[in-house]
Amino acid sequence: MTRRQKKNLYRIIGAAILLVAAVLVERLLLSDAPLYLHLFLYLPAYFLVGYDVLWDALRNIVHGQIFDENFLMAIATVGAMALGFLPGAESEFTEAVFVMIVFQTGELFQSIAVGKSRRSIAALMDIRPETACALRETGEIIVSPDEVAVGETILIRPGEKVPLDGRVITGRSDLNTLALTGEAAPRAVEEGDEVFSGCTNLTGALQVRVEKPFADSTVSRILQLMEDMGTRKSQSEKFITRFAKYYTPLVVLAALLVAFLPPLCMGNFRGLFAQWLARALTFLVISCPCALVISVPLSFFGGIGGASRMGVLIKGSQDLEALAKTEIAVFDKTGTLTQGSFTVTGVHPIGVSADQLLALAAAVESGSNHPIAKALRARAGESTLAVSQITELPGRGICARIGSQQIAVGNRALMQEIGAEMSEISANGTVIYVAKESKYLGAIVISDTVKQGAAQAVADLKACGVKRTVMLTGDREALACEVAKQVGVDDYRAELLPADKVREVEVLLTAPHKGTLAFVGDGINDAPVLARADVGVAMGALGSDVAIEAADVVLMDDDPCKLARAIRHARSTVAIVRQNIVLALGVKGAVLICSALGLLGAWRMPLAIFADVGVAVIAILNAMRTLRQGR
Amino acid sequence: MKKTFEMEELDCAHCAARMEEGIRRLEGVISVSVNFLTQKLTLEAEDAVFEKVLKQADKVCRKVDANCRVIMK
Repeated sequence: MTRRQKKNLYRIIGAAILLVAAVLVERLLLSDAPLYLHLFLYLPAYFLVGYDVLWDALRNIVHGQIFDENFLMAIATVGAMALGFLPGAESEFTEAVFVMIVFQTGELFQSIAVGKSRRSIAALMDIRPETACALRETGEIIVSPDEVAVGETILIRPGEKVPLDGRVITGRSDLNTLALTGEAAPRAVEEGDEVFSGCTNLTGALQVRVEKPFADSTVSRILQLMEDMGTRKSQSEKFITRFAKYYTPLVVLAALLVAFLPPLCMGNFRGLFAQWLARALTFLVISCPCALVISVPLSFFGGIGGASRMGVLIKGSQDLEALAKTEIAVFDKTGTLTQGSFTVTGVHPIGVSADQLLALAAAVESGSNHPIAKALRARAGESTLAVSQITELPGRGICARIGSQQIAVGNRALMQEIGAEMSEISANGTVIYVAKESKYLGAIVISDTVKQGAAQAVADLKACGVKRTVMLTGDREALACEVAKQVGVDDYRAELLPADKVREVEVLLTAPHKGTLAFVGDGINDAPVLARADVGVAMGALGSDVAIEAADVVLMDDDPCKLARAIRHARSTVAIVRQNIVLALGVKGAVLICSALGLLGAWRMPLAIFADVGVAVIAILNAMRTLRQGR
Repeated sequence: MKKTFEMEELDCAHCAARMEEGIRRLEGVISVSVNFLTQKLTLEAEDAVFEKVLKQADKVCRKVDANCRVIMK
């Protein structure tokens, strides 16, 4: 509790004791005394618990703010006390003080609950490293991360946070990337690997060469996004802000009507006024829209915080709401559903061993930078064979001499050209054939493999209500068809240029649908599509600034299953927002109507207070559930 | 110029909305956001009058809630 909260707690306890004392004295000693003496008995308790409310009320009238909750509470309680002096009414001194005590207690709870929620959300996003240990000529020196220049070397000991983005120069260790990716499994790094700020170093000391200034480091970018979150407000939030503007004046107007209209209409103003005024005063107690104004943004904030815990960055509540409504999910193929890099997926040797075949092919391709050559080298390892006279034959392959023999590596056309008798291999991906002189040695299949979780991810999306899944790719029809079948998307479009992808998304957007369209890409080349879709989701974005800029939702690692989880999480957040709106409006409405009809009797004021602060506390506690959903 | 300031004792959400509206009406303000949850004020105003606008913004906040102030660093 803060000092202010503690002080308020003591005031509430003190006032409660004074109230009990006043009631006892009134019953035992003063039963026949004039009314104003009774009033004096209750004033100490009233002022002790309510002086700040009264003072703020006065100040706000001076500033012309009559729809302030303090002012309305002041009128409601002063009115309740004044009631006793009207003809035909019971005195309500006890009620007035009681209402003020309950109001202050509610406010206290609310302030504690909000403070707690705010701190736990803030803690979740507390990934800012406080210090960096720079290695300079003078030795180790602890500085603030923004004082470290690009090119400097920093030391990161086990247990410390990585303060800036950089590359490991010495040491090996495991990094905990939980704060960034939501992934619990540690990531192993060694010399030459990139490290991102915001991770925690687990096992060994690392020396890292800084590659980005602090302001451009991953952690700063993420924090920047969080700060800007407030500017991308959701429909619900905008609705609440607008609603709050009109709600209070309307309720106050209704209170005036309830106080004056019925007694005037019924012709017996003197006799009925006190009774209707009492009902009207309850209206004033319910006139603050606090429950909504606090809990709705808090729910969204908690939802975004919970999502960040599973490695999903959502840029604002507007994006969270759009994500929750996803009806069509469009995937870019490469890097999203597939690994995005070529690997050797099949070796079909004839008369030689598989390793020999790979070694020969890799040796011939050793000078090339083509993705296929890279895949071969990655599989076969560094070549030890001496290669000479490498000739590239565009559109066909490569020939080279190894020892005294001519080796050809290429497509079918090349094999026919050199007269090698080969057997056709049908496989998904690129098939390259290898021949020694004119003797066929076998074939190697190289393809971009489908990610392990891709099929599961598409199934999950369907399970959580996404109606249509579409895959876009620049690849050949046959290949696209095969991948589409493997991952189970409803539809695919192949042989698209980057500009065509935008057009395809626009076509899908014009087709009739109720929800939103989410486009999932890896952020490379598809920034325009990310921007065009209702929800642009960038995947595997750790370290990719372009993707983080362009997307609305960022999946920090490259697990496609995160999308369905994120959508489910967004939905439950939106559901909690709805519950809070319904709860607050429902209870307030019910109490307003019942008290206008006079159904609540002596419970009028306590129930009104519950409808005000009680509901606010419940809504805040409910909003905190959004944080937990992320697990 | 755009700068972010911490706020002290900002403890009601609709006050934050009211502060935001009040500050937006000040002369020289380009954009403003008062974030209740992060307890932060982000103010964008013309460079020449920034200090002046900031002081007025602080006044607006106190007018709405007497205990609330902008921490100026």
